[in-house]
Amino acid sequence: MKRWFAFFVLIAIPLRAEVNITPVATASGLEAWLVEESSIPFVSLELIFEGGAVLDNDMHAGATNLMTALLSEGAGEMDAQAFASRAEELTTRLRFEAGRDTITISARFLTEDAEAAIDLLRLALTEPLFDESAIQRVRERTLAQLRRDALNPNKIASQAFARAAFGHHPYGRESNGTPETVAALDRETLISAHRGAIARDRAFIGAAGDISAADLGQLLDRLFDGIPDTGSDLVGRAEFLSALGIEIIPFEGPQSVVAFGHAGIPRDAPDFMAAFVANSIFGSGRFGSRLMQSMRSERGLTYGIATYLFSGAFGDSHQGRLSADNGNVEVVMEILQEEWTQMAESGVTKEELQLAKTYLTGAYPLRFDGNSSIASIMASMQYQGFDIDYVNTRNDMITALTLDEVNAVAARLFDPESLFFVIVGQPDGLD
Amino acid sequence: MITRIIVFASLITCGFLEPAEAEPVTHEQLGNGLDVVVIEDRRAPVVVHMVFYRVGAADEPPRQSGIAHFLEHLMFKGTNRLAPGEFSAVVEDNGGSDNAFTSWDYTGYFQRVASDRLELMMEMEADRMQNLRFTEAEWRPERGVILEERSEVLESRVGTQFYEALMAGLFKSHPYGVPILGWRHEMETLNGEMAMTFYEQHYGPNNATLVIAGDVDTDEALALAQAHYGGIAPNLDIAPVIRPTEPPHLAERRLIFEDRRVGMPYVNRIYLVPPRRAGDQSEGAALHMLGELLGGSATTSVLERELNFEERIALSAWAGYTGMMRDYGLFVLGVVPVDGVSLEEAEVGMDRVIADFLREGVDLEQFERVRRDIRASEIYALDDAEGRARQYGVGLSIGMGVDDITGWIDALEAVTPEDVIAAGKRLLDRRASITGFLTQSPTTEANE
Repeated sequence: MKRWFAFFVLIAIPLRAEVNITPVATASGLEAWLVEESSIPFVSLELIFEGGAVLDNDMHAGATNLMTALLSEGAGEMDAQAFASRAEELTTRLRFEAGRDTITISARFLTEDAEAAIDLLRLALTEPLFDESAIQRVRERTLAQLRRDALNPNKIASQAFARAAFGHHPYGRESNGTPETVAALDRETLISAHRGAIARDRAFIGAAGDISAADLGQLLDRLFDGIPDTGSDLVGRAEFLSALGIEIIPFEGPQSVVAFGHAGIPRDAPDFMAAFVANSIFGSGRFGSRLMQSMRSERGLTYGIATYLFSGAFGDSHQGRLSADNGNVEVVMEILQEEWTQMAESGVTKEELQLAKTYLTGAYPLRFDGNSSIASIMASMQYQGFDIDYVNTRNDMITALTLDEVNAVAARLFDPESLFFVIVGQPDGLD
Repeated sequence: MITRIIVFASLITCGFLEPAEAEPVTHEQLGNGLDVVVIEDRRAPVVVHMVFYRVGAADEPPRQSGIAHFLEHLMFKGTNRLAPGEFSAVVEDNGGSDNAFTSWDYTGYFQRVASDRLELMMEMEADRMQNLRFTEAEWRPERGVILEERSEVLESRVGTQFYEALMAGLFKSHPYGVPILGWRHEMETLNGEMAMTFYEQHYGPNNATLVIAGDVDTDEALALAQAHYGGIAPNLDIAPVIRPTEPPHLAERRLIFEDRRVGMPYVNRIYLVPPRRAGDQSEGAALHMLGELLGGSATTSVLERELNFEERIALSAWAGYTGMMRDYGLFVLGVVPVDGVSLEEAEVGMDRVIADFLREGVDLEQFERVRRDIRASEIYALDDAEGRARQYGVGLSIGMGVDDITGWIDALEAVTPEDVIAAGKRLLDRRASITGFLTQSPTTEANE
C-alpha cells in the first residue's frame, strides 16, 4: 500500500520546547525555576520533597502516607472543616501526595489571592494539627483502602513483585503500610515523620503562570518561614535480587495480571538515555511499540501492554505489565521471552531507531502545554538533577544517539534469563 | 448556508476577580453540514484536532451491543490509502498522540500534535470519514482486543461491574441501560460487516463536529477545514436514530451485588433526572449546584460534613449530576460506611441528611463558596485546551449549541438557593431511582 504521507515525515525536524525558564534565587537562599506566562491570572506551584515512604522504618510503615494525608486536615487555629472552607473561599486548590521517593505538593491559586493562598499552605506545612479526631478518621480511610487493595489483582501483583525484587529494603514494602502498622500509628510518630520529611534541603520548587520572579521569590520565603533546614537521613540503595523465577498468586477472575521484569538502570548512568529509547521502541505502550504490535494488533491477546524503566532515587528496575485471559497466559509468557531474547541478541533496527527519535523529539515540546504541567516539570527536572538548559539540549541528545549505543545498552539491559514473573489469577497450564 | 458565530467566553462579571483575557470560540457550519469549532490558545505550539460523530452506543441495532465501540477500534485499520495501523503510526512519527472514545451519544477521535502538523491530521481524518476499509485479518484480532478490554476494564473491576448492573436496572427501555462496551455474549458475535454497515449508516460530515483547539489562527483553521473536509459529500444514508424512551417510573429498584473481590462495600443510588437542555439550562444548573452542595467537596459538602465528620458513620460520601447526555441525566448519591456500620444504616443516614437539607435549606456561606469556586474554575479551565475542546465537541454532539456551552457558567450563577431546594424536592424521586449495595459475598466455597 502506498505510504502517501511519507513526505511529511521527512520534513519533520526536531522541535525545541518553547519555554523560557527563569532561575529564581530567594533572599533566604531557596532556588526555584519559573516559567512566567501572564495570559491567565493564576499561578501553579509545585513542591517536591525528596524522601517519601522510604523514610518510614518498618515498624511505622505508612507513617509518611498518613502524615501527608493529614496536612490538609487542619492547621494552626483551623480544624479540617475550617481549613477546607478557607481554601474554598480563596479558590485555592491544594494537593498533597506521598509517593515512594517523594512528597509532592501541588498548589494552584489566583494571582490576586497569592499571598493568602501561600499563608494557608505555609500553615499546612509548618503547623499541621494532627489532632486525634482527624488521625482516627484518616486512618480508618487508609485501612479501608488497604482492605480494598488486598483484593485488587494489580495491587497484589505490584506488592508481590516489589517484595521479591527488593526484599527488606523499603522498596520491597508497600508505601501505604500494612493494616497492622497503620493501625498502630500514633500522633507522636506522625509528628516525627513530618519533622523528618518537610525540610528546606529536600525541596525542589517549580512555578508557572502569572507571577514575576521577584514576587515568586518573596512568596517562597514567606512559605518556607518556619520550615526546618534539614530532613532525616535518606536510605541506601536497593539491589534487585536475582533468580526469582515465576510466582503465581491464585485469584478468581476471567483474567490474570502478569507483572514481569528484572534489574534496571540508574537514572544517572551515562547511557540512561539510550536505554530509555530502547525501552520506548520495545514497550512504550504506543501502538507502534513491538509488544503492542505482537500482543495486541497481531494476536488480540491483550488490551494493552507496556514496559517501564523504574529508575528511582534509591534503586531501579525494568518492569512490564499486562492483563490477559487465563487461557492465554502461557502463550503471552512465551512471546515475552522471545521478544526479550530478540532485543538482547539483535537489538533494534535502524528504522525503528529513526522512528523513535522522530516520535520522542516531536512529543517532547507537547508536554509543556499548561501552567500546571509546566510547574510540575520544572520541579521534577530539578529533583532528577537536570541542568536548567536540559529542555533545549534533550532533543539533541536523543537525535545524536547511534544504533550501536542503543543496541549496546539493550544487550546489557534485556536479560531473558533473569526475567521474573508474578502472575495473579488462575492461569491455565501453570502451577 | 454558512453561519458563523463568534462567542467570547463570558468571563467573570464580579468585582472581586479580575477579568481574564477573553478567548474567542468560533463556530461555523460547512456546506456539507460539518460543524466546525475553533478555540484559539496560542500559549504553546500545540494543537488538538478532534472529530465527534453524533452516534454512539445508544444507537446500536438489536443484538449488536458494542458495535459503535468496535467500529471506533476499526477506524484505525486503514482506508483506501492508509494501511492498517498507519494512521497512528503517522501520528507517532510526527511526535503526536492519538486516541478515540465511544459514549452512548457520540464517538470521538482526537490527535494532539505540534501545530504545524494540523493539516496532516485533517487530511487523514477526512480520509477515514469517507474511505474506511479493512479485512477479516484486521477485524478478527480486534474483536479479541475489545473482549480483552471488557475483561480488563470492566469484569476485573468489581466497582465498574456494579455500575453496569445499576444502569441496566435503572433504564427500563432506553439503551443507556446497555453498556457502551457491549454485553460479552453479543460482542462475541460482532463482525466486520456489521461494523461497516454501522459506519455507512452513521458516519459523514453531516453527522459530525470538528473541533480545533490550540495554537491556530481562527481564519486559517477554518480555511484548512474547508479545504480538507469541505469537499466530502454529505452521507445521504444517515437517518436520525429513533431511540426507545422511558415509561413512567412507578417503583424504585433495589439491587444487591455480591462479589468476593469487594474490599470496600458501599451503597450507590442513581436517580433518573433531566439532562442539560439546549436553550434552557436552568434545571440542569440547579441540579449541578445541588450536586456541588451535597457532594462537591471531600470535606465541606453536606454529605461529608454530616456523615463523615459529625456522625462518623461514613469513610466518604458523594453526590453529583451528569447532565451532558442527549436524552436523560443522572443524579448519583453514595456512601462508603466505616467498618462496623452496615450498608442499610449508611443508606438511612444518607436519606436523613438529604431530607434535612431539603427541609432546612441551603447554608448561604457554603453556597457563596461554591459560587466562587465555579467562577474560579472557569479561569483554571483556560489552562486546558483539550478539556475545552471536548466540552464543545460533546455539547454539539448531543444537540446543544455553542451558546449553551459558553453560557453554562452564567446559568450556574443564576441559580438561587431556593432553586436548588425546589429542584431537589421535585427531581430526587425515589420511584425514578435504583439503589445498589456492593457487598462482599460470604467466604464459603459454595460457588466452586
